[in-house]
Amino acid sequence: MSAYETSEIGISRGCQNWHLCLYVAGKSAKYLDAQANLTRLCEEHVHGRYQIEVIDLVEHPALARSEDILATPALIRRLPEPVRKFIGDLSNPERMLVELRLRSSQ
Amino acid sequence: MAPINDGTARTNDEIQALDRAQQGLADQTARLSQTQKQQIAAAEAKLDTAPTATTSGPDGGLGELPKAPTGISGLDEVTGGGLPRGRPTLVCGPAGCGKTLLATEFLFRGITQFDEPGVFVAFEETADDLVANVASLGFDLAKAERDGKLVIDHVSVSRGEMEATGDWDLDGLFLRLGAAIDAVGAKRVVIDTIETLFGAFSNTAILRSELQRLFGWLKEREITAVITGERGDGTLTRYGIEEYVSDCVIVLDHRVNEQTSTRRLRILKYRGSLHGTNEYPFLIGDSGVSVLPISTLGLRHSVSKERVSTGVARLDSMLGKGGFYKGSTVLVSGTPGTGKSTLAAQFCDAACRRGERAMYFAFEESESEVIRNMSSVGVDLRQWVDAGLLQFHCFPSMGLEAHLFTVQKLVRQFKPAVVVKDPISSLLRAGTGADVAAMLTRQVGFLKSNGVTSLFTSLNSHTEPGRQDQQLASLVDTWIHVQSMVGNGEHNRTLYVLKSRGMAHSNQIREFLLTNEGIELADFYVGSEGVLTGSARQAQEAQEQSDGRVRLDDLEQRRVSLERQRESVEAQTAALWREFQDEADIVGVLLSRGSGGVEGRAGRRAAQGLLRRADSDTRDHKGYPADIRLP
Repeated sequence: MSAYETSEIGISRGCQNWHLCLYVAGKSAKYLDAQANLTRLCEEHVHGRYQIEVIDLVEHPALARSEDILATPALIRRLPEPVRKFIGDLSNPERMLVELRLRSSQ
Repeated sequence: MAPINDGTARTNDEIQALDRAQQGLADQTARLSQTQKQQIAAAEAKLDTAPTATTSGPDGGLGELPKAPTGISGLDEVTGGGLPRGRPTLVCGPAGCGKTLLATEFLFRGITQFDEPGVFVAFEETADDLVANVASLGFDLAKAERDGKLVIDHVSVSRGEMEATGDWDLDGLFLRLGAAIDAVGAKRVVIDTIETLFGAFSNTAILRSELQRLFGWLKEREITAVITGERGDGTLTRYGIEEYVSDCVIVLDHRVNEQTSTRRLRILKYRGSLHGTNEYPFLIGDSGVSVLPISTLGLRHSVSKERVSTGVARLDSMLGKGGFYKGSTVLVSGTPGTGKSTLAAQFCDAACRRGERAMYFAFEESESEVIRNMSSVGVDLRQWVDAGLLQFHCFPSMGLEAHLFTVQKLVRQFKPAVVVKDPISSLLRAGTGADVAAMLTRQVGFLKSNGVTSLFTSLNSHTEPGRQDQQLASLVDTWIHVQSMVGNGEHNRTLYVLKSRGMAHSNQIREFLLTNEGIELADFYVGSEGVLTGSARQAQEAQEQSDGRVRLDDLEQRRVSLERQRESVEAQTAALWREFQDEADIVGVLLSRGSGGVEGRAGRRAAQGLLRRADSDTRDHKGYPADIRLP
């Protein structure tokens, strides 16, 4: 597996982009759920304007320290600014929409 | 019939006998089974007690827990060798009690003294802050980090950026910690402060289970971990971490007593090990934490038979020969104004005179005051200060731990032979009697182990040795009590040696005089009029002297008169002798005239008688008168 498993679904028409990094530890159901939840949310609300990086900390433990990851799964929203950090399996779509500002931008 | 009857009778007998035998057998088996049961029970009991005996055995049997020494002075003694190796230990206490420092020192000493690399997971301080904070204590964490012995991992947690939705775990932390442990081959881990996590995550149920998993994971990896926790309201830690860390719990505390804070440490729990159960005061000095286990005060210091002069010749002789033992501890207690400080100053003066160094801790006077006051009794301390032999340290009120620490530091720097603390009773303002006694115990141990002869003065409000002195009584080797006696319109000082270990000291009370040439001790006058001091004693002495003179005069007179008597007797004897001589001469002359004269006279008398025809009765057969005898 490459360092950054990137699922890039195209860049937007110039307005706002979402750059999201999902940090997981291994391949347990919890992480797969989180990844699926995130992708679904983005597909539904910001289709074509997002970029998701999934980083497995088991393979890159040093990143846990440099990115200051404590709990997993952790989601870092790099764009739009400011950078925000969320934890959990993202199983609450309503809340995530607000937190990630996915809805407001539409 | 008869034989049958006989037969039945016999069988009846036989049956009875059989019954009896059966009964006997049953009894026997019952007894046997009972003894067997007892044996089994005893064996079981043995089995039950055997393992506990080995685990709790102080001599360290099979069950002795492996321990990781902390290197923190005193803590290893209290814990019987250190923290449980390969297990987590919880250090909890209120804010500012020294948890982080204790944990840091555990880690740092592990690296420097026991070659056990470590990982510091800091939730509160950044790595830079942490390094800077302990640099003043001589813990060079940055160097340890450069040497690849230490990883400081600052985990910043704040609720704002930790919005949690759904399920999560602490795998991130595990991975981080795992990576750090692997990077340096860590044997020790510090997590400071675990409570911070509870502030960051709203779902404490997950957090609790994750922490439990973390401690289990650390144990599995055989990491000796120290986890610090903030004390909660009525609980050891705010979030009950002690439930998860059950092997060893150390509680730190700092208490303000009489406006002075004293830190304390207690081993609340140490599974599978003996440990000190007391609360031990501990200090944060310039070389880190030191726990002061009084019970383990090293009574191993070598002792000296060498004597140190007290500076007062008479007192030296009161203490047997030559004064205090070198390295002993002396307490001078007394009521106000009895000359305790003077005694202390003279003690310093004597030390400086011998060319030794002395250190004077004054708690109530300044250096110049002490010097001036002592010069009034002829003790010139200025010269010794100038010569660099005497150092004064005048402390205002100071916490006990700070005091203890400061004194130790100064003594280590100056290396005095003699230390005076005047008065230690002022330390009572900084703590309760028991605290002061504990601190002094520690201090005495320190001074003794350094061979320093120390003299403490203690002010009493009563004439009898005070209660705080009693607490020190067992600590000190020599105890001199100075008190004033009021009577005859004056107050006089008296001194006696209350105790002095290992020397044949005087039991006499001496009058203690402050003269222009320092201290003098005078004999007490004890006579028919009781104990006399001061002018009464002087008057008595004068009286005795004059009485003596009178007696002498009288004797002389009598001697002279006797002489005269003798002379007169001699004169009389001579006169008598002369008389006798004269008489003897006369008799001699008379005798020399011979007996012829007498014969002649007698013949003449007889002739006269014959002539006068005197009565015949008066004549004897010779015809001479009866009163005449012839030679």
